[in-house]
Amino acid sequence: MITGSGILRGLWTTFRHFIKTYLEDLRIGKKRYFTKEGIELRRSPDVEGIFTIQYPEEKLPVPEEFRYIPFLVYDEGESGEKEIRCTSCGICAKVCPPQCIWIVRTNDPVTGKPIPQPKEFYIDVDICMNCGFCAEYCPFDAIKMDHDYEIASYDRFREHIFDLNRLIKPASYYAQIRPTNFAREEAARAEKEAQKAAARKVNP
Amino acid sequence: MNEQVEVQSSSLSDRFPEIVLPDTRTGYSGFLVKPENLIAVVRTLREEMGYDYLSSVTGVDYLPENKMEVVYHFYRTTGGGALVLKTQVERENPVVPSLTPLFPGAEFQEREAWDLLGIRFADHPDLRRILTWEGFHGHPLRKDWKEPFFEEEAKPFKSRWPEGHVYRAEDKNPFHDNVQFPAGFDPELWSPETDELLYAGLKRVDKTGDFLTEQVVVNLGPQHPSTHGVFRMVVVLDGETVVDLKPIMGYLHRNHEKIGERNTFLQNMPFTDRLDYVCSMSNNFGYALAVEKLMGIHPPERAEYIRVMMAELTRYLNHIFSIGFLLNDLGAFFTPMLYALEERELILDVFEAVSGSRMMCNYFRFGGVARDIPDEVMQKIRKLVLDRLPRKLDEMDYFITHNEIVRGRCEGVGVLTAERAIALSASGPVLRASGVPYDVRRADPYSIYERFEFNIPVRYNGDIYDRYLLRLDEMRQSLRILQQVLRDIPEGPIMSGKPQYQVRVPAGEAYGRVEGPKGELGFYVVSNGKPNPWRYHVRAPTFINLTSLAEMCRGQKIADVVTVLGSIDIVLGEVDR
Repeated sequence: MITGSGILRGLWTTFRHFIKTYLEDLRIGKKRYFTKEGIELRRSPDVEGIFTIQYPEEKLPVPEEFRYIPFLVYDEGESGEKEIRCTSCGICAKVCPPQCIWIVRTNDPVTGKPIPQPKEFYIDVDICMNCGFCAEYCPFDAIKMDHDYEIASYDRFREHIFDLNRLIKPASYYAQIRPTNFAREEAARAEKEAQKAAARKVNP
Repeated sequence: MNEQVEVQSSSLSDRFPEIVLPDTRTGYSGFLVKPENLIAVVRTLREEMGYDYLSSVTGVDYLPENKMEVVYHFYRTTGGGALVLKTQVERENPVVPSLTPLFPGAEFQEREAWDLLGIRFADHPDLRRILTWEGFHGHPLRKDWKEPFFEEEAKPFKSRWPEGHVYRAEDKNPFHDNVQFPAGFDPELWSPETDELLYAGLKRVDKTGDFLTEQVVVNLGPQHPSTHGVFRMVVVLDGETVVDLKPIMGYLHRNHEKIGERNTFLQNMPFTDRLDYVCSMSNNFGYALAVEKLMGIHPPERAEYIRVMMAELTRYLNHIFSIGFLLNDLGAFFTPMLYALEERELILDVFEAVSGSRMMCNYFRFGGVARDIPDEVMQKIRKLVLDRLPRKLDEMDYFITHNEIVRGRCEGVGVLTAERAIALSASGPVLRASGVPYDVRRADPYSIYERFEFNIPVRYNGDIYDRYLLRLDEMRQSLRILQQVLRDIPEGPIMSGKPQYQVRVPAGEAYGRVEGPKGELGFYVVSNGKPNPWRYHVRAPTFINLTSLAEMCRGQKIADVVTVLGSIDIVLGEVDR
C-alpha cells in the first residue's frame, strides 16, 4: 500500500463523521435538538453524526428500571391520610450492602409489643450505593428506587440524611415512574386478596 | 473434567507419598504440602506434569486453627481444570518459600499476600508492601485486624434495626483518633522522595567506554493523564531509553476483600461492580459462578443465555473503549476515543434498561439474573448486534489499522514472548497476542460457552500492534457469539428457586473464574457455613498483567511506556481493589 494512504483513510473517516452531522441536520430539521423526539433519535441504534445531549437543557429520559436513592411508598387513605406501607420488618436494613438504612420500630406504649410501623426511618444518602437491593427484597413493596437524580445540595451535614418526612412519596408517584412494575405488583396484590377472601368464605 | 483431575491427583500423590496429602476437609479440594517441600513439588508440577501456568496465589487466615494458609491455583495452558496446592504455616511469623524463581508471575501476588496477610515469602526479590503504604499499621486481612470505623465483625450491623438511631461514623470516631502507624514510623518525617528501598531496587546498567551518560530516576504519575487513573511508574532512564521500571499502585486501595468478608454473600454483588468499573457485568459473572459452585446450584437456561449475552456485550464495549484509549495514549487526542464512546453509550443504554444502572449494573444473582429483558430492549440489542456494532467495528478497523503513525509507534514495541507471558501469569489479550491460545471460555468452559461456535483469536508478535489487532478479532468473535445467543435464547424463568436476601452457602471453598475482557478474572471464596464469606479473594487480571509491564518496557523509549501501559488496558479500580 502507498505510504500515507492509511492516514488519508483516517482523515476520510473523520471527515465523514463531521459532514454527517450537517447532513442529518438537513434531513431531520429543527426537531433534532431540544425536542423529545430529537433526543430519542440521537440515542437510537441508527444515529449518525453528532451524538451528544446538551445537559441540562436536554435530558436523557431514564428507563423504568433506572435506580437512584430509595423512597418509601405511602397509599392515600380515604380521608387523605398517608398510610405508609412499611412495616419496619428490617429486611431492607439487613440486606443493605453499605448499611445506610436506619429504622426505629414503634412499640405499643401499653403492651410494649412492636407495632408494624416505623417510628423513625433514615437513609444516609452519602453512603447509599444505589444497588436497589432494598426495593428488590422488600416483601411489602414499601421501599422503591427513585428516578430523581438531581439532589445536589449545599450542606451535606444537614441535608444528606433523609428522614421519614423526606423519604415518603405517594403510590401515585410510584405508578407514574414505574408503570409496568406498579401494574404487576397491584395485580399480584389483588390476586392475593382474592385468595384470602376465598379462603375466608370456605372456612369462616 | 473431574475425572481428569482425579487421574492427575493420584499421580501427584504417588510421586510424593507422605509429602503431598489430599485436602480432606469437607468442601475442599486439592493438596496440602509442607512449606519445605513446596519448591520441589512445584518444580515437578511445572516441568514434568505440564502445569505451566500459575493463575492465583493467595492466603487465608484460619484464626480458629491458628494457621495461615497459602493457596496456589495451577493450570495447564493446553486447557483443563485446576490443580490446587496449599501450604500451611503457623500464624505467628509465617514464612513460605517464594515461587518467583519458578513462576515470576507470582511476584505481585506474593507481595499482596505479604501486604494484606503478613505472610513472608523467603527469597522474594522485592518483598515490599504493594497495595497499602509503609505507614500502614498491621496486615488488614488478618482476622484480628480492625479497621478505623470498626463496628462489628459482620454485617448486618445490630445498630441499624430495630433501634436504628442514625449517626455518622465520623462523629463517633474523628479522623485524628483512629489513625495508627507502625512502631518507629513517624509520618512527619516521611516523604515519597525518601522511598529509599524502592529506588535501591531499580536496576542500573554498568557503563564502560568514553561516552558516559547519567541515569536518572523519573516518576511518571501518580497524577498523570496517561496512567488511566492514579498509578505511578518509577523509571530509570538512560537518555530517553528505559533501563528499568517499577509500577506502584494502591492509591485507590479500599480493601475490597476485607469489605467482602464483612458483607454477606449477596451484599458483595454490588461491590464487585466497582472492581473493573468498565465491565461490571463480567465481574458479577465471576462472583456468581464462584458462589454458585459452593451452593451447588445452576441458573435456568434463559438466565445462562442472558449472562453470556451481557458478558459478550461487555467484552465488545471494553475492547472498543480500550482501543480508543490506546489511540489517546498515542496522541490521537479523543477523536477515536469519542467514536468508540458512541458504541459504548448504546450498549450502556441496554445495560441501564435491564439492570437500572449504566455502569454499576449489579445484575446477576445466585441462580440467575435480577430481571428479565423487556421486549423493546431485546429489539434494540438485535439491532445493535446484527447491524450497528459490526458496521462500526469495520469502520474502526478502516479508521485505524493501516494508519502509518499507529503502525510506526506500535509494531515491534513492547514485545512479550510467549514463554515470558506464560511465566509472568499474563492473561487475556496480553497472553493471546503473544501467541498463546489460552482462553478460559475454551480451556476450562463455564456457563454454556461450549455450545457456541467461535474461535480463540491468536496473534504471534506480542507487540502493541498485535494486542490492538487481537482486540478487534475478539470483538468479531464476541459478535459471533451474540448472534448465536440471539438466535437460540429460549423463553422461561430467569431465576432458579425463590429470590432470597440471605443465601445459605455450605462450608467449603470454590474458585470461580471467567474470561473477562481484560483477562482471567477469578474469585476465590471460602465459606464456613455462616452468612458471610470467611475469605473472599479477587484474582484481578490487570493487576497481574502489570507484572509483565517492566519486561515490556525495558529498552523502549520513555514515550512508548505510555503506549505499552495503554495496550495492557488497566483499570485502577481493579488493580488497587
